Amino acid sequence: MTQLAQREIAETHPRDVLLRQDRLPHIWCPGCGLGIALNCFLGALMKSGLDLKKVAVVSGIGCAGRVAGYINLDSFHTTHGRAIPFATGLKLANPELKVVVFSGDGDLIAIGGNHFIHAARRNMDITVICVNNFNYGMTGGQLGPTTPTTAFTTTSPYGNREHPFNIPYLAAGSGAVYVARWTTLHVRRLERSMIEALQKKGFALVEVISPCPTLYGRRNKMPTGVEEMEYYRRKSVIRHGADPRDVEIRYEGEIVVGKFVDVEKPTFIDLLPNDNR
Amino acid sequence: MVRLWRTPLDLDAVQRPRGKVFFIPARCKGCELCITYCPKNALALSDKLNEKGYHLPEFADPDACVACGLCEMICPEFAVYVEEVTEEAKSDE
Amino acid sequence: MSNNGKGVLTGEFFMEGDVACAEGAIAAGCRFFAGYPITPATEIAERMARRLPQVGGVFIQMEDEMASMAAVLGASWGGAKSMTATSGPGFSLMMENLGLGIMTETPCVLVNVQRGGPSTGLPTAVGQGDVMQARWGSHGHYEIIALSPSSPQEFFDLTITAFNLSETYRVPVVILADEAVGHMTERVVIPPPEQVHTVDRRKPTVPPDEYLPYKAEGDGVPPMAVAGDGYHIHVTGLTHDERGYPAMNAEAQDRLIRRLVAKIRDNADDIIILTERDLDDAEVVVIAYGITARVSMLPIEMARREGIRVGLLKLVTVWPFPEKRLIELAGQVKAFVVPELNMGQIALEVQRVVGSRARTIPVPHPGGTVHDPKVILEAIRSAAQ
Repeated sequence: MTQLAQREIAETHPRDVLLRQDRLPHIWCPGCGLGIALNCFLGALMKSGLDLKKVAVVSGIGCAGRVAGYINLDSFHTTHGRAIPFATGLKLANPELKVVVFSGDGDLIAIGGNHFIHAARRNMDITVICVNNFNYGMTGGQLGPTTPTTAFTTTSPYGNREHPFNIPYLAAGSGAVYVARWTTLHVRRLERSMIEALQKKGFALVEVISPCPTLYGRRNKMPTGVEEMEYYRRKSVIRHGADPRDVEIRYEGEIVVGKFVDVEKPTFIDLLPNDNR
Repeated sequence: MVRLWRTPLDLDAVQRPRGKVFFIPARCKGCELCITYCPKNALALSDKLNEKGYHLPEFADPDACVACGLCEMICPEFAVYVEEVTEEAKSDE
Repeated sequence: MSNNGKGVLTGEFFMEGDVACAEGAIAAGCRFFAGYPITPATEIAERMARRLPQVGGVFIQMEDEMASMAAVLGASWGGAKSMTATSGPGFSLMMENLGLGIMTETPCVLVNVQRGGPSTGLPTAVGQGDVMQARWGSHGHYEIIALSPSSPQEFFDLTITAFNLSETYRVPVVILADEAVGHMTERVVIPPPEQVHTVDRRKPTVPPDEYLPYKAEGDGVPPMAVAGDGYHIHVTGLTHDERGYPAMNAEAQDRLIRRLVAKIRDNADDIIILTERDLDDAEVVVIAYGITARVSMLPIEMARREGIRVGLLKLVTVWPFPEKRLIELAGQVKAFVVPELNMGQIALEVQRVVGSRARTIPVPHPGGTVHDPKVILEAIRSAAQ
């Protein structure tokens, strides 16, 4: 057993086959949850049974927007907020593709909010992974559409005076057929939800609550990734089938996680007015 | 704690899985998530630094590892993974 | 989504300009349209909504013009020839993703049926105020191709040309139409499919592990693999290297931007289309485009009858600007008369190119209607003196 006690050094990781290894290590800060979300996503892709030649990943702008650049599949790093409409065009031009949008809360819900609700309304056949870290990380930690009321950011130095979006409620209200939320601590459940979302026909959303210790945590009494994850451990409650209206996240409050919506509905492509579907 | 009401007949044949943890030091950013969330406390912070100056984790208690793979999934850096160790493999060493 | 000829509506028609544009797109092989209703371009979307399902294409009405332009780029990377159509206010919103299209070298066509501006301006009346916006509207320095039709027939023809240019040079091509041409109904002849010349983007010929998505060939244009081809491409709006990976440094910026600019500038002779009339003996040249080129015909004829040696240089291609031809003409003529439905955009460009070699006489007009031919005639007379 003494040999095992030595540090085991390796050069490559089992997930590397789906990563652009020549771009690692990635740009994300120590303790950031984006790598965990990406890790779970790659696991989900491997287990999903999808033909990976026919999977395309589209990101917008911001820290989460960089995800596309690390995945060794057809991947697109588009403009701020426009990942969903770009993905819409991609999917409609080649319906054989499984198109995944992987982006952040600011990108998808603020500047891209209109596209988000309309793609959900149309039941556009795309999988959306929305990493929610409660602020704009890439630009240095500003108030975002999901920042809990009273939280501190660089543009809410007196505490946030706005009400945040409750993303599952927004998605469900707009017509999404699959809505789940997990934190980056719930890695196995998150991976399972991602598999379900990838296999779902229609607009499927997985919200991933993720630490941003450098820019959000530090200003809100959770200065490390471990401390933010500890908050999730203490305050998250699994409640499958919860009414999306009841899952708003308040400052230092409970985080309801689980699968909230899983229904069937014809997609945009199902309803196209021709014989060329 | 659940007590078994009888001793399973195949108790001798059943083996607790064992794992071996591998690190890719150049990718580690020292966030300590793998150490914190290892359910068996098999990992610890070492005093070794990588080239970027981050403290690296080490596989401190190999006997404790059950190859659950949580460290592999929770590492944001693709810097840790686990391989399950079979008895045969061990006896080869 | 192939252009198997089904899409070409061969025949002679009494057709509106906007409808002719849609038919041109379908004849060129366009199988994806994303748009948002806006006067005076709505008829293009309406026609596409009816026609695309008949030829195996997809029409989608998006939630706004930003989404429309993004979807058009996405569709192009999905392998479809794609198009959107809008007018001034929507054109402003499309500038963001027009830039992404230029940076990522995405073939597509963006039609702007110009109306009076700025802002909401004159939704139902003609304007040509977006010429410089087409050139410089998105941020950063780039080169672009813009075409300007003067009749429904030309709107049909140039839409095909626009697709062919965008597929050849991997650049979004703008069609700078205007309300007068878009809403004009007259004879349009659509040729049989075998007479419609179409171009498809060059595909990579090397296996995926040897493919560099942004390594250009001799003409400055890289072959294009799309999603699902098995090449695992990465496409980003960030400055990138030949692999398509972000490269955040001055050297990568220098290489990329110089190539993006050069692939248009160096091929300008092949891109530029001009229609010339009576230029052989001309001492005055009217430079015009779109509906204004057509309006200029009458004053040119009247001036000729008065004995003024005047001709017309119609800018079918507005961008890249035909600098070489203008410099040639500048040595031969006294003056250039530049009527346009704005307060002098191309006139400034003419002035820049010809300098003091010949006079430039702008004939500005804020739009809302076309020029009174007498005003152009007056300018020709003064130019001849």
